[in-house]
Amino acid sequence: MSDATIHHGGDRKWTDYFTFCTDHKVIGIQYLVTSFLFYFVGGALAEVVRTELATPDPDFVSPEVYNQLFTMHGTIMIFLWIVPAGAAFANYLIPLMIGADDMAFPRLNAVAFWMQPVGGILLISSFFVGAPQAGWTSYPPLSLISGKWGEELWILCLLILGTASILGAINFVTTIFKMRIPDMDIHSMPLFCWAMLATSALILLSTPVLAAALILLSFDLMAGTAFFNPTGGGDPIVYQHLFWFYSHPAVYIMVLPFFGVISEVLPVHSRKPIFGYRAIAYSGLAISFLGLIVWAHHMFTSGTPGWLRMFFMATTMLVAVPTGIKIFSWCATLWGGKLQLNAALLFAIGFLSSFLMGGLTGVMLAAAPFDIHVHDTYFVVGHFHYVLFGGSVFALFSGVYHWYPKVTGKMYDEIWGKIHFVMTFVGFNMTFLPMHYLGMQGMNRRIALYDPQYQGINQICTWGSYILALSTLPFLVSMALGLIKGKVAGRNPWRALTLEWQTTSPPEIENFEEMPVLWAGPYEYGIDTESEDGDEDIEDMLTEVANVG
Amino acid sequence: MNIPSSITTLIAGIAITLVSLWYGQNHGLLPVAASADANDVDDLFNLMMTIATGLFLLIEGVLVICLIRFRRKKGDMTDGPSIEGNIPLEIVWTAIPTVIVFILAIYSFEIYNNMGGLDPMVSGGSQMAMHHHGGHKIDNMVAMGDTNNSQVAIGIGKSPGVGDDEPLKVNVNGLQYAWIFTYPETGIVSGDLHIPKDRRVLLNMQAADVIHAFWLPEFRIKQDVMPGQESQLSFVANREGTYPVICAELCGSYHGGMKTTMTVESPEAYDQWVQERTVAMTGGESVALNPSELSDTDFLQSYAEDMGIIENTLQQIPHAPMNMMSALKP
Repeated sequence: MSDATIHHGGDRKWTDYFTFCTDHKVIGIQYLVTSFLFYFVGGALAEVVRTELATPDPDFVSPEVYNQLFTMHGTIMIFLWIVPAGAAFANYLIPLMIGADDMAFPRLNAVAFWMQPVGGILLISSFFVGAPQAGWTSYPPLSLISGKWGEELWILCLLILGTASILGAINFVTTIFKMRIPDMDIHSMPLFCWAMLATSALILLSTPVLAAALILLSFDLMAGTAFFNPTGGGDPIVYQHLFWFYSHPAVYIMVLPFFGVISEVLPVHSRKPIFGYRAIAYSGLAISFLGLIVWAHHMFTSGTPGWLRMFFMATTMLVAVPTGIKIFSWCATLWGGKLQLNAALLFAIGFLSSFLMGGLTGVMLAAAPFDIHVHDTYFVVGHFHYVLFGGSVFALFSGVYHWYPKVTGKMYDEIWGKIHFVMTFVGFNMTFLPMHYLGMQGMNRRIALYDPQYQGINQICTWGSYILALSTLPFLVSMALGLIKGKVAGRNPWRALTLEWQTTSPPEIENFEEMPVLWAGPYEYGIDTESEDGDEDIEDMLTEVANVG
Repeated sequence: MNIPSSITTLIAGIAITLVSLWYGQNHGLLPVAASADANDVDDLFNLMMTIATGLFLLIEGVLVICLIRFRRKKGDMTDGPSIEGNIPLEIVWTAIPTVIVFILAIYSFEIYNNMGGLDPMVSGGSQMAMHHHGGHKIDNMVAMGDTNNSQVAIGIGKSPGVGDDEPLKVNVNGLQYAWIFTYPETGIVSGDLHIPKDRRVLLNMQAADVIHAFWLPEFRIKQDVMPGQESQLSFVANREGTYPVICAELCGSYHGGMKTTMTVESPEAYDQWVQERTVAMTGGESVALNPSELSDTDFLQSYAEDMGIIENTLQQIPHAPMNMMSALKP
């Protein structure tokens, strides 16, 4: 163990995590832990929703409370769990991956983080005044007549979180463009950084539009204007356009960072270079661009003229092409590799298998004639949980296991990690797969009372959701056991090639003792192992680095 | 080594294709189809299901093979082969989804057009006429005047009078938490919908309070019903029976209870229903009552039983639009 590690090897006092600390690593952890807290809140709400749906009658909670529950569940999971969790990874990893000592604007970064708890507490406090109950989409005129103060708090919360997300995006873009070590050109940058570039572009282009929609909605609500209120001559459809102009790209804001995570995890644990580096990098940008011109597919059944539906049908279907490129490339990365089936890789493969399902139903939903049938039904609920849970959350867990040794300096408990994976995978599929069938058969979404013929399948979903809820226990056990009695990880337990693994675990306060050296591309695995006289530097370096610490 | 593996690949490919083709036609995921349009939508879904099954089996198969065949042996610290890409392969797997997407887009467009998805945009003229029949609620809507000028009707279905016999027109009014159907030609007002088989039906829909969505699962059609703006659905039912009518857009706490039925019957049975209803409407005290002059409460009271609306819901209905107005005043 080097001196550097002993003196300031990234050991922070636990109190640092409750301060306005400008260290990007502290902020990353703050983001992640905060978002996990909200994940548990959002998850608990979901369990109440599922318990209510175990029977066809609204007998567990009243219909009003039910509407509040799913509205809050959706809002929390999107704005306080997945989006900030992506920011958590980006904050922790980007400076380390590009060899920088911090983000470009450390104070802005801290401000952006501290807006999360403020927004979150504001949102949850709305339960005291009657939580919003118009769904996370908050369509007027319903949102204008169903509880004023809850709705207003909801708007405020989203404005705060939206601002935080813009501040974060500015930071990521500037850091990636300006603070890479001199040797690292944009094409030797880890793919996670590419993913965050694509994500940040989306955030910067679309979030202000949501803010505009929310401010106008707030005027309608509080000042009696009629931007969206039909009784005063306003147009509620305009709100839907503004809302989805942000909220469709938001889907990509929620998955693109985790596409980046997957691109980091797969090569390391299958000991192969990522297949098609440039294809993966550029397809992320393509998704980002296409994501901006597909929003009206959420409005095929609302006030959208026929010809407009056709344009959005075509653009939406096109998203399948770059997404397909990514999935094929990831599969090709695994193929022929030497897979170390630890929890990190299992979650990554779980991601591939479930995200695929979300992608396939996504193309179906893009086809307007079919979408018109299943829009606002459980088919859609099933689809987006395959994308956002099967996609984002599986990849998030994969990333947590992958970087756990770097962040804590210890190894997580592998057995409990695997139990976590199995329970999550089983619970997840049991909860969300049957929903597709429910939706096609005629069960609409956002209902506390449903036709008794759907009870059997709903009970399967409910039991699945209980397994899913319980699956967080082995996760916490694995994390805790790692901290208490985990093996010391060393700098680079996975023998990975990206720069973050060159520093101590946990990284010291200024990240690197000296400027890191780019002695290999981020994914150049397998180059020298079979050549007899070839360049053995990389393997030597890896062995050496793995032994340090 | 190469020859057996390519034979395996070939056999696997054939197996996947056969399974996909079979499952694409036999998935049994959709309810009965009660119109020709619904059959078209089902054909599209079957095609998408076939393609999706194939891709699903292919990729999940690759993942399972990787999980089994490419696990690291214990103690093996070497890397896998250094394969960074393969341009021909990447071109193929970019081209194939692109082609599939284009085929699906064109096919979807075709079906959408057949369903009349593109027609309502030329039906501006008919819109004006509809408002005169527009049910008892519409007069209350301040916003109506502004949107009447719209030349684009929103919805799905052949424009009235275009290439068809005169369709049966029904005005649909959605309000928390009930559907009210008014037959402008006969003056019948009903809480459930009756239509004859094999005759085109044109629904002119408007909401009284918030956005609702009119969904007929067995007909694969759905359209939002908006306050202050009319939307349309047009279809021909070809199968007798009673089908659910569901509100699919979140419209408040009893959203889940906002449903009724649509009965498709033979023209004779339909005529009989019309007669019974007309007699009921013209008999006794209700002779003088024009439904459009009744208050919501009086109007709905008589239909509450028919529609199976629970007491609690009924209490809310008459007040909903009024509440909305007063709630919005600063």
